[in-house]
Amino acid sequence: MTMLINIAYLISISCFILGLKFLSSPRTARRGNMLSAFAMFIAVVVTLFDRQIVDYTYILAGIVIGGTIGVAAAKKIRMNDMPQMVAIFNAFGGGASSLVVLAQFIHHPEMAELNTGFTIPAALFIGTMTFTGSIAAFTKLQELVKSAPILFPAQKIINFLLHLGIVICAVLFITQPGESSFFYLLVILLLSAVIGITLVLPIGGADMPVIIALLNSYSGLAAAASGFVINNYVLIVSGALVGASGLILTNKMCRAMNRSLFNVLFGAVGQDIDTGSQTGQRNVIRYTPMDAAMILENARSVIVVPGYGLAVAQAQYAMHDTVELLRKRGTEIDYAIHPVAGRMPGHMNVLLAEANVPYDYLKDMEEINEDFKNTDVVLVVGANDVINPAARGNGNPLAGMPILNADQARSIIIIKRSLSPGFAKVENELFYEKKTMMVFGDAKEMLLKIVANLKTDS
Amino acid sequence: MTGVLIVSIYIFVLSIFVGFELITRVPPLLHTPLMSGANAVSGITLVGALIVAGTGASWLGTLLGCVAIIFATINVVGGFLVTDRMLEMFKKEDKKT
Repeated sequence: MTMLINIAYLISISCFILGLKFLSSPRTARRGNMLSAFAMFIAVVVTLFDRQIVDYTYILAGIVIGGTIGVAAAKKIRMNDMPQMVAIFNAFGGGASSLVVLAQFIHHPEMAELNTGFTIPAALFIGTMTFTGSIAAFTKLQELVKSAPILFPAQKIINFLLHLGIVICAVLFITQPGESSFFYLLVILLLSAVIGITLVLPIGGADMPVIIALLNSYSGLAAAASGFVINNYVLIVSGALVGASGLILTNKMCRAMNRSLFNVLFGAVGQDIDTGSQTGQRNVIRYTPMDAAMILENARSVIVVPGYGLAVAQAQYAMHDTVELLRKRGTEIDYAIHPVAGRMPGHMNVLLAEANVPYDYLKDMEEINEDFKNTDVVLVVGANDVINPAARGNGNPLAGMPILNADQARSIIIIKRSLSPGFAKVENELFYEKKTMMVFGDAKEMLLKIVANLKTDS
Repeated sequence: MTGVLIVSIYIFVLSIFVGFELITRVPPLLHTPLMSGANAVSGITLVGALIVAGTGASWLGTLLGCVAIIFATINVVGGFLVTDRMLEMFKKEDKKT
């Protein structure tokens, strides 16, 4: 029986790997996801035949309760809120891993004396930190606490001491097994929980994509770590795959902002401080949606730069209508998507796909950045930092961040509520340029007016 | 026991490499579904939860295991469903007008 179980696990692992492979193309991605779900199904069913399992009552109850909540959540969630959803699911994954470790130790306290004993504190640490960190990220994304960095004094020293405390308890746990083993684990649990929170609170709103990717990676590592504790290869392999995927995304997000991970975690960019920028009265010329529609009508090539403001205003559909009307007139038009547009990696693509924008119109920054200089009009909706030319300079929080070359186009239309700076709190010189037309107002309202104008003229 | 641990570490390290190879190729277009899909996969800890909840060696362990099952199932079921919902929306331009 053990043999059969192991073979089934191997099939499950293979399906996970293939599922991930299929995720690399939009044509096969859906199949890939289903394959992963199938792999999970095999792993779960096979595990039920494990000879260690004697009682199925709680198992069934747990699956029914969890499954119902999972289905309800997945059906109800709005695409805007995907980052929160991933954060809270992450929390559940990490929390489950740390509970598994704890329960395993309670069942088999003798484990502490084996030379694999060190995997217990390690797995408990990662799982618990993922749990509280993800919950902290969730509260920030949901704006239950303010999204700007929350700083506390001596952040680095406190973090160091917390980690030190965990190491000491882990060493005690391994070297002195016995009565107090469980106590050491509880202290590790507590300290890890605090670390998760202190890790996430100082992270600013703009850096959320990085931290979500990082927590995603942790949740995988937590699963792998609990795999070490209960000695199960499916957990180790799948956990490692997720860990690797999260790390790659973390790295990509950091590069998209030209920041190191260390800087994201401890830099606290985007605080509510006055950067002392020139806030003197400067004039910009206000244009109406009618002006914008006229410019768009006469353009031969247009690139749309959507930002998170577009999604906040729920303007994706109006955006899509605008683009379609122009396309019907023969205008060359595409979307340019910055890697950190939205609040999690790739978020903007999902938001536009929801509004029925075909994915072949969505171009990555690398793909489209050279085209700006040959483009008549760039239409920027609800984006700011990702087109701020200050990023090419030095000595400001944006310096070095790769940006979309919107400023190279012949003219620029920016739909925005106000002149206020973006997350990075750096003023955008582009707003004041001669070739820039500022259209102030709610993105949806303004786009609907543009659509109306385009319709009457055609 | 050490032998088993070494094998586990081998498998872990090699899987990390496989993961890197597979995921580097995923285009930015699909990063969000990749993340929520990977997130669902990390719910694999459900397998561990099933074992600890079913062993029945101590009531506290069983209770924790049961909570772990609830958590992990939410993660797995919700994760896969929401990923599917997202991927369903990704469509190619169907007709040239």
